[in-house]
This record gives sequence, structure tokens and C-alpha cells, in this order.
Amino acid sequence: MENKEDTLFIRLIPYIDRYGILLLIAIMLLILHLLQPDVFFSWRNITNIFKQISWQSMLALGVFMVIVTAGIDLSVGSILMLSLMALAIASRAGLPWQIVIFVAPAVGMVCGMINGLGITILRMPHPFIMTLGTLYIFRGVGNLISGGVPIGGFADQLRSIGSGKIRLEWLYGEGATQYIPSSLIIIIIIFFIFWIFLNQTKIGKWIYAIGGNPEAARAAGINVNRILILVYTLCGFLSGIGALILAGRTGSAYPNAGLQSELDAIAAVIIGGASFFGGRGTVLGVFAGVFIMGLLRNGLNLMNVSVFWQQVLIGSIIILAVYIDVLRRQFGTRK
Amino acid sequence: MTFNSSDIILEARGVSKYFGTITALENTNLNLRPGEVLGVVGDNGAGKSTLMKVLSGLFKQSAGSIFFEGKKVEFSSPRDSQNLGIEMVYQDLALAENLPIGDNIFLGREPTRNFGPFKFLDHKKRKQLTEEHLSRLKINVKSADQRVEELSGGQRQAVAIARATAFDAKIVIMDEPTAALAVKEVGKVLDLIKGLKDLGVGVIVISHRMDDIFTVSDRVMALFQGTNFAESQLRQTSRDEVIGWIMGKKI
Repeated sequence: MENKEDTLFIRLIPYIDRYGILLLIAIMLLILHLLQPDVFFSWRNITNIFKQISWQSMLALGVFMVIVTAGIDLSVGSILMLSLMALAIASRAGLPWQIVIFVAPAVGMVCGMINGLGITILRMPHPFIMTLGTLYIFRGVGNLISGGVPIGGFADQLRSIGSGKIRLEWLYGEGATQYIPSSLIIIIIIFFIFWIFLNQTKIGKWIYAIGGNPEAARAAGINVNRILILVYTLCGFLSGIGALILAGRTGSAYPNAGLQSELDAIAAVIIGGASFFGGRGTVLGVFAGVFIMGLLRNGLNLMNVSVFWQQVLIGSIIILAVYIDVLRRQFGTRK
Repeated sequence: MTFNSSDIILEARGVSKYFGTITALENTNLNLRPGEVLGVVGDNGAGKSTLMKVLSGLFKQSAGSIFFEGKKVEFSSPRDSQNLGIEMVYQDLALAENLPIGDNIFLGREPTRNFGPFKFLDHKKRKQLTEEHLSRLKINVKSADQRVEELSGGQRQAVAIARATAFDAKIVIMDEPTAALAVKEVGKVLDLIKGLKDLGVGVIVISHRMDDIFTVSDRVMALFQGTNFAESQLRQTSRDEVIGWIMGKKI
């Protein structure tokens, strides 16, 4: 190609691609700080943002892995709700919290495995179909086992996962109110583990390879179906962890938990720079994508902007993010 | 029975392959010796690619057997044939274009290092092995970290061949290795094939380009409508005769 005739904009694309999301976050932080100088950068507000995004970030991380394989999981919101209901029922039945804590992730894993088996063994033409089906099924089952009503009354130990506070009295002195939410620590640890999994292990590399060219992966002797089942199972597992965090935050399981949160998860993944066509994206990008959605909601709430504007803005950012991906593909590859 | 280097290293005996009601291969035979280049020709749909995919373990034959070094073998995945030293370069190259060159060469067989009970990718070693292997094959690319989607057609073909030869292959099967290449890149690939032959590797080359077949092959065999049609040492045949075989005519 004639490099000399490339415009400045085209030459900037690789940098926008790599650092654009950090720039976007920095600009958002600056604008929000200027608009709300007293409130925005307060400890209380920042921790609030992280608490709000904590359970959603788990769904986004799961959906991200699925999207890397060029798949999709529409059922994560329903998996979260079913896991939450199962947890609540186990808790109500009087099981000790040490056991109840495992219920949500285990139920999530089973749901995810059902998705994976359906996509591979039933040879569904696209994961969209299978997970659209289970989107209805899992929420239906959740309502069937709970009777469609909220269930509350969780043990304190259970709640501390989602709402625990690590006070910073050692840093700010006796009686300080500053704290780090335990849910933030949990999601950072989980994001780190999955970063290692995707970037430092063979299976992680294979997940990207499947998203790039499943035939190449198959020809390389990789059992593509087994990896796909694993990915959907892990996505379900993360949705179950999301349910565990949400249980702590709300203190109850309710029928509308996670409703439409699969769309938020997909939006965060796309904003975070992952390609919807698979094979591309980073764990850090997902975190950034979730954080941007959290910032947007928080900032607009602080300024009393209508929730309808939030929808318009999030939608616009998704389209912008994908347009950057389109440009990158157009100029970054040889055909 | 011990394996002798003059013996047949790979043999397909009576191999058939059906896709539903379609017969892709019917009772076909093939054999290959170490250091031999076998050219396989045939019209579209003659079953060349199907036979190669059976030999590489991507397809399971419907009937017939495969023998490697005189022993009957069963492949349930390309991994099984790779473990024996049978590598294939696919016509569509079978590369993950989103991944760098090195990742593609070692896909499925990544170098790892142990960390307690865990195995992690050894990025440094992969990069080093990739650079060594590419320079051994005299393949020029900007960097081993370049993504395959940034490469030209010839470079991609070179990466696919590098991938097939990175693990001391005994047999390399190439499906139309020059079809997508510019003229100046073709010679490079043919040189790579001759280099493999000199190393004692058995090579099967599918090509519709008579120049390729007559430049590198020791022996040529023709498939026609899924069956063996004709076969000859290269020096005992001519281009016209081979072209006739492709069209199903014997003189």
C-alpha cells in the first residue's frame, strides 16, 4: 500500500487500537471530575462504582471468553438468576454457609456445561440459538424452584463476599471510614487468574486459535469441541460467582436478578476492544469496558441525567468501538 | 520385522471414503518411501485432498487401512499422525490469522515450562525456536511476532511449511502448495520441497501445475473419480501422458 499517502488518522489507528480505551477512561475521569469536583473523586463514590460493576464484571469476563471463540452466550443473566435462587434455597434449607457458598458457582457450571454440550453435541448451527433457548429455560427454572418470589435471609459470612469491607484504619487512622470493598479484591483476583489462563497456558492460546480459525485448530490436533465445552462451562462458573457477589450486595434472591445483564456484558466486552468475530481482545480490555459502563452510569446519575440518555450514550459507544475495529481490520491486514 | 529405510514408510491400502451417499474415494492405494517425492494429480473432485486428509488423520476412512513403517495405524485426530511424524500443509493453509507466526508454527505443541504442578507457555523459547527454524528454512519475515494476517500469500505458505517441518517430520503432505503464489515465490517453495527430500523426508505433493510435478517429483500417480487411474516413475512418462490421465484418458 502507498504508505506515504496514508493520512494521519490512519497512522494513528494502531495506537487508538492499543491505548484508545485508556485515553477514553482518562477523558471520562477528567470530565466527571470537572463536572462534579466535590463528589466524583470521593472515596465513597469510587468504591461505589466498583461495587456496582463487581457482579457485572464476572458476566462480562465469561462472555468475553466465549466471544473470543467467535461464540456468544445470551444466557449469562439467566444463569446468574438461577444460581442465585439455588443459593437462596440452599441457604433457606439451613445448609451451613461453607456449603452454600459453593452452590452458586456449581449451578453456574452445570448451566454453562449444558450450553457447551448443546452447541457441540447437538450441533446447534450457532451458539446464539442454544443460549437464546437457555436464556428462557434457566430463568424459567429459577422461577419454578423459587415460586417466583424473592428469598432473603443469608448468613453474614455469605453476605461478606459481596458486601464485606476491608477498613483502612491502619492507613487513615482510628475511626476512618475509608474502606476497600471485598468484592473488588475478589474480582481483581479472578481477573488476574483468567489473564494467566488465557495468556500463559496452552488452552488459553487454543481458545484464541479457535476464534481465529477453528479449522486450523482442528488440523493442529486440538479437540475443538472439548475446549468449547470448557469455555461455556467457565462462563457459567463466572456467572455463578457473579450471583454469589450479588447475593452479598442485595441480601436476597429476586426473580428479576440479572435481567438483560447479558446485553450489558456483551456491550462491555465490545467496548473493551474484543472483536465480535472472535480471536481478538484482552482481559484488561474487558475490565476497562466494564469500568467505562460503570463510570458512565455513575457520572450521569450524579448529574441527574435521565436513564434514557445513559442508554443512548452506551449504544453510541458500542458503535464507535466496533467502528474502530472495522477501520483496524481494513487498514491493518493484507487481503 | 524391522523397518528398513528402503522400505515403504507410508501405505494406504484399499481406502474408501463416503460422505453420506457421495463416494469421494473407492478402494484407493498409495505408497511412499523415505526421501521420495510423490506427485499426485487429478481433476477437481478426483479425491486427492480427501485421500491426503485421511492420511493426516483429519478424516477417518470408511474402509481400508493405513500402514506406517509396516504397522497398521489408526488415526482419530491429526495429533495421532503428527505423533508419528506425518505432517500436512493444507490447501487453505489452516493458519490462525489472528495469531503471530510463532504461535501458528507451534499451535497444539507449544513449548512450556513447569511452575510447580502447572505448565505455562514458554514465550521466550517459542520465539527462539521460531527464529531458528525460519532461518534454517531461509524464510524471511520482519519478526516472529508478526501476525499471519499481515503476511503475503507466499509468506503464509512458508509459515505453513515451517509449521509442518518444525518437529522432525518423516512425511510431509502438501496440498496445492503453489496454487496461491506469485511466480517468483513458487521456486522458493519447490526449493523447500527438494530440501526436505535431501533430509530423507517422504513428500507427497498435490498439484495441478505440471511444472511443479515435473520439477520435484520422483514418481507421479493420478486419481480419477475417486480411484487409482495410473502411476509411473517420472522419467518413464511425459507431460502429455500425465495430462491425459487427469482427463481420464490412457494412450
